[in-house]
Amino acid sequence: MIGLSSRVAYAFRCFFSLLFSGTIPADIARALAVDSGRSVPVASVAVTPQTQAKPSVESFDRAVQMLMLFQRDGRLIDFLAEDVSPYPDSQLGTAVRSIHASCRQVLDRYVKLEPVISSEEDQPVTVPAGFDPATIKLLGNVTAGSPIKGTLRHRGWRVTQVSLPSLPSGTGREIVAPAEIEIP
Amino acid sequence: MESEFIVGIDLGTTNSALSYCAAADESGQIAVENIPQLTNPNEVSNRTLLPSFLYVPGEVDFPAGSLGLPWDDAPKFVIGELARKRGAENPMRLVASAKSWLSHRAIDRTAAILPWQSPEEVIKVSPVEASAQYLQYLRSVWDSQHASGASGSALSRQDVLLTVPASFDEEARELTLRAAKQSGLEQVTLLEEPQAAFYAWLESQGDAWRKRIKVGDLVLVCDIGGGTTDFSLITVTEEHGDLVLKRVAVGDHILLGGDNMDLALARLLQQKLEADGQRIYTYQLQALWYQCRSAKEYLFEHPKSQKQDVTLLGKGRKLVGGTIKSELTREDLERVLVEGFFPIVPGDQMPVLQRRIGFQELGLPYAADAAITKHLARFLSQQVQSSPEAGNIRRGKSGLACPTHVLFNGGVMKAAVLRERLVSVLNRWLTDEGFEALATAQVLDAPDLEHAVARGAAYYGKVRRGHGVRIRSGASRTYYIGIESAMPAVPGMEAPMKALCVVPFGMEEGTEAQIPGREFGLVVGEPAEFRFLSSTVRKQDHVGDLLENWAGEIEELSPLKVTLNIDGQLGTVLPVRLESRVTEIGTLEVWCVSRDGAQHWKLELNIREKGDQ
Repeated sequence: MIGLSSRVAYAFRCFFSLLFSGTIPADIARALAVDSGRSVPVASVAVTPQTQAKPSVESFDRAVQMLMLFQRDGRLIDFLAEDVSPYPDSQLGTAVRSIHASCRQVLDRYVKLEPVISSEEDQPVTVPAGFDPATIKLLGNVTAGSPIKGTLRHRGWRVTQVSLPSLPSGTGREIVAPAEIEIP
Repeated sequence: MESEFIVGIDLGTTNSALSYCAAADESGQIAVENIPQLTNPNEVSNRTLLPSFLYVPGEVDFPAGSLGLPWDDAPKFVIGELARKRGAENPMRLVASAKSWLSHRAIDRTAAILPWQSPEEVIKVSPVEASAQYLQYLRSVWDSQHASGASGSALSRQDVLLTVPASFDEEARELTLRAAKQSGLEQVTLLEEPQAAFYAWLESQGDAWRKRIKVGDLVLVCDIGGGTTDFSLITVTEEHGDLVLKRVAVGDHILLGGDNMDLALARLLQQKLEADGQRIYTYQLQALWYQCRSAKEYLFEHPKSQKQDVTLLGKGRKLVGGTIKSELTREDLERVLVEGFFPIVPGDQMPVLQRRIGFQELGLPYAADAAITKHLARFLSQQVQSSPEAGNIRRGKSGLACPTHVLFNGGVMKAAVLRERLVSVLNRWLTDEGFEALATAQVLDAPDLEHAVARGAAYYGKVRRGHGVRIRSGASRTYYIGIESAMPAVPGMEAPMKALCVVPFGMEEGTEAQIPGREFGLVVGEPAEFRFLSSTVRKQDHVGDLLENWAGEIEELSPLKVTLNIDGQLGTVLPVRLESRVTEIGTLEVWCVSRDGAQHWKLELNIREKGDQ
């Protein structure tokens, strides 16, 4: 079993790598294949909205940038990297409220998300014929034939727009948060 | 040449804004401009306000190449949101409140002194230069969004209405114009901010304003922004059957605003946390300030909520472990903001004035008394002085000017609680003075308080072209030339000075006055200097009045300078008389005129540090 911080780092890198280039970073795939032999869980929620470009340096940089934004404005990496087990729920709750509010702002600012299916959850839906299994996952007694009728359990998420700031032109593309030193 | 657009610029102490409309379209909508600015290194975002902050980046402040703007890859200064953010972490490199420095007479405003008291290696700018930088920034924004290439759409070719506090004296106005010129703006007219706010209200009302106010009314404009508080009175009179609006009084420049309020809340929360045994580090104060402001805004917008959490996350890796929490309650807001800044006081309670101590620290002359209601009481009671408009100002038994309407402006006034408090204090005074309290309809509702001044300025540009009603306003102060009495000099004492009134209060724009009964003999070719004085309270003086005693009611400005140049007459003494003008662009001019009236020389304000003779 790999450590928490590595898991977090892997999960995020995979998420964004899939989001922007549709592949899982090779080093992570290798590490996990040796470690557990299972695929990465976050992969199932990822959507590939645009081009199926080859993994590039840019996609790596963009993934780091997304982490940087969540850290800079929402302290998300600090939060995920911290061992929160010793703290009482009230302390954790206080911090989470603040982190939730700021991370939510980051998400709203840079990424537009919408449900894959915009009707109410736990209501009956009809799945059109020839749907893309990447966008809709069927659960329970899945049989062939159409139309498929069922109950919507999760509306899904789809990214409709990503508007990230330009990447640093110089150094620092791998920096999620700079070290801070106060000069007295 | 008529410009293509009319542009209003609110060059604010803490935020600036720009709005515009097409000049040709009489009924054209006024739009607020998006101002792209760095919000983080490498990140340019659109905002409708440009924080008036300038940061002087050091070599190791930002990663290389991370400060690029759409129109400039490597700007020398950072301006706007990022400047404010980074400046909070490193205040030694931050220029803030440049506009307040611009009106601060104890310092040399054209000398590079900002950031104030910063170390030697930091590049310094003058208050004029800082203001010019903000305007230059807006010019670049405009040109990149409206004028690609050297077309007639460039901002330098547009009619620009630039707002200044009503309390700005002639020097500060002159310096503002100088900044505008330095930034490359060529057609600039000044407009007082409270008037701009009133124009914004007129614009929002369309023709309905004539039903809201009537002859005999007196409108108090109460403008409380981030850093300053500014009051004006506007009368409504009648001429040839038309309603005439006239700005009849302006207040002193009060360095007191929303930032003081947020700081007061942050201090309170800091005390609360420290009382709980928590230690607040210097680097957390900024976060605390920001959280307090958000909590305050939330409570103001949600009158039913009683409290709002203020959370400070732990610094470094101990995020959850170091998190401390307190709360801002409605009671705190009431006590600190409402009672602290807007206490219920009688109409004759004056603010505590600036302490005069031997060695006064330079730096901005912040208001010594935080009670805005006391400043308002002082403003309204100052209008006791007889002025040309005295007959049109409604007064109470004690002589207090008693407004019939009030118009709010500035970010602070977004809070309904504070508006209500101010109205209730005002109503108390009105009742004491024998008038009825203001009804709801007498509190004029200005839309969009943050952009109202910029919008109103653009509207004024349309008014100047004949579309809409114009507020008449004249000189906001009385101005004098100092004349030294012909007396034997006494060691250690300055020769007594008399003051000759050259511009009376309210002298209208576009008019001129000859100063009768006095000639000066000036030597051709040699610079001559006139001492120049002004008063905000003496409104009864007429052109040509010579005063000997003014008991602190007049203060001295920078001197006026002129050199008479006439070919072939070097050294001869030429008798001249004086003439004054109030220009259409909102400044005043004093001229020397030869006896035959054929030759004119303009006197220039020689602005420099006082006492630096």
